Amino acid sequence: MAGHVALKTHASARPIASNTEPAWVRWTLITISLLFLTLVLFMPLLLVFVYAFGQGLGTFFAAFTEPDARSAIRLTLITAAIAVPLNTLFGVAAAWAIAKFNFKGKNVLITLIDLPFAISPVIAGLIFVILFGARGWLGPWLIENDIRIIFATPGIVLATLFVTFPFVARELIPLMQAQGTEEEQSALTLGANGWQTFWRVTLPNIKWGLLYGVILCNARAMGEFGAVSVVSGHIRGQTNTMPLHIEILYNDYQTTASFAVASLLALLAVVTLVVKSLVEWKITRDHIVAGRESGESIQ
Amino acid sequence: MSTQIFSRIQWKQPSVLPGFGISMGFTLFYMALMVFIPLAGLVLFTAQISFEEFWAKAVTDPRVLASYRLSFGASFIAASLNGFFGLIVAWVLVRYSFPGKRVVDAIVDLPFALPTAVSGIALTTLYAHTGWIGRWLDPWGIQVAYAYPGIVIALTLIGLPFVVRTVQPALEDLEQELEEASASLGANRLQTFLRVILPVVMPSLLTGFAMAFARSLGEFGSVYFIAGNMPHKTEIAPLLILIKLEQYDYTGATAIGVVMLIFAFASLLVINLLQWWSNRRYRA
Repeated sequence: MAGHVALKTHASARPIASNTEPAWVRWTLITISLLFLTLVLFMPLLLVFVYAFGQGLGTFFAAFTEPDARSAIRLTLITAAIAVPLNTLFGVAAAWAIAKFNFKGKNVLITLIDLPFAISPVIAGLIFVILFGARGWLGPWLIENDIRIIFATPGIVLATLFVTFPFVARELIPLMQAQGTEEEQSALTLGANGWQTFWRVTLPNIKWGLLYGVILCNARAMGEFGAVSVVSGHIRGQTNTMPLHIEILYNDYQTTASFAVASLLALLAVVTLVVKSLVEWKITRDHIVAGRESGESIQ
Repeated sequence: MSTQIFSRIQWKQPSVLPGFGISMGFTLFYMALMVFIPLAGLVLFTAQISFEEFWAKAVTDPRVLASYRLSFGASFIAASLNGFFGLIVAWVLVRYSFPGKRVVDAIVDLPFALPTAVSGIALTTLYAHTGWIGRWLDPWGIQVAYAYPGIVIALTLIGLPFVVRTVQPALEDLEQELEEASASLGANRLQTFLRVILPVVMPSLLTGFAMAFARSLGEFGSVYFIAGNMPHKTEIAPLLILIKLEQYDYTGATAIGVVMLIFAFASLLVINLLQWWSNRRYRA
């Protein structure tokens, strides 16, 4: 599972007083951690927003009025609007089959779902060039029939689909496995049909995990750079997504404009993290409430 | 007894829940369409290449060799840095409380959600000789952006969450009675850490290290901006694939891609073995 970190669904343990270090050791370790995170995470994030707004709001908004920026935003939205629903549908179907049933080869299937995580985004792009590129398997046939996939929107959508393929499935599988099948069995016993069981029992149980999976998948779909840059061809106003537009502006020394566009994607990333924290808090709380209701001791 | 034998022969255990056929069918269909058929195209393309050509383009070409050395070396250093600092961050987040801890805990996941192009231009601007950090290093003659250290920093950012998020649950599940026992037997805190805590956490730490390493090996976006991309010097293997494709050298690109894929699958195998090992240790 190279590339995945599941949601935390339980509260952390409280340290026992005797098992701790002297105060100077504690504060040294905390300082080292904060310093390290500041150098590689906090400062780059802060820098994006400072550079985006550094020349004032007028320059910031000017970055979005030029036609190339608008077409890049439009293409990014179109790509995400296709890739996210398809991968969500796949994620729910795969999680239902894997978490609610027992069959042979389940672990192999889970590993295969993770496969796109282990593949470099550049290789993901390469795969589609080999299939559809001018000198690829279907290239001559596509040229004859005047169908464009590489250096056009379909290639960008395919590469994004491939790269964001596992995200929803990987959030839902552990969550649904932990929930078991008892509630669904009760619903069926009480006369619900399959769809009713799914909509009224399963979906309410997984909605928070699903929400996070969808939002993470969306952030990755909108931000994908490597795979898309292989298949896009960088045609301004046509095949540039937001990350590619950032690259072009940055290489043109239009620093403020490139950070302005980057700040939108950085904001999306921050929102994703906030949603993740909320979802973890929700799931932990539901877990504790459920524990209380069934009379389990929380300790 | 008879049902046991029955379920052992059957591929799938019987269940009252509906929808296995349709959900499994769609899952396999979609995976085949999106992942297996495209991958098969790559494998078939590779099979067309003669062995001599493959060897010349993917192994003996000095520019390609230099890019492997850089990709593997920088990924290894970055994963090691993450192993060291990631363990400290995970320890601090699990064991201590301090102001802003929730924000720090949340920000660890930033590299998952932040597009690599954004982290790439931000790190480059930060560590360039006029940048917020770079300007303090420049007088000492330390060049970070457009040089080896810059590549390592970009890969460190990418791999950080893997180490922290795999070590964190292991530290949370640690039985604190073990530490008390160790302390009551006369061990000091450092001895307890090195001989009691570290061995238990080690499988998770190695898993996190392997994940960070595997992710860094294939990383492109953030490195592309900070590396400077000088042939033989600061050109990573994924970038070379892109360059070959731009020259319509599909064979060269595929040859390098296949070498990288083999290493990616090997790391996937190592990660699965490590996880199996750590699960077994936990149960024991």
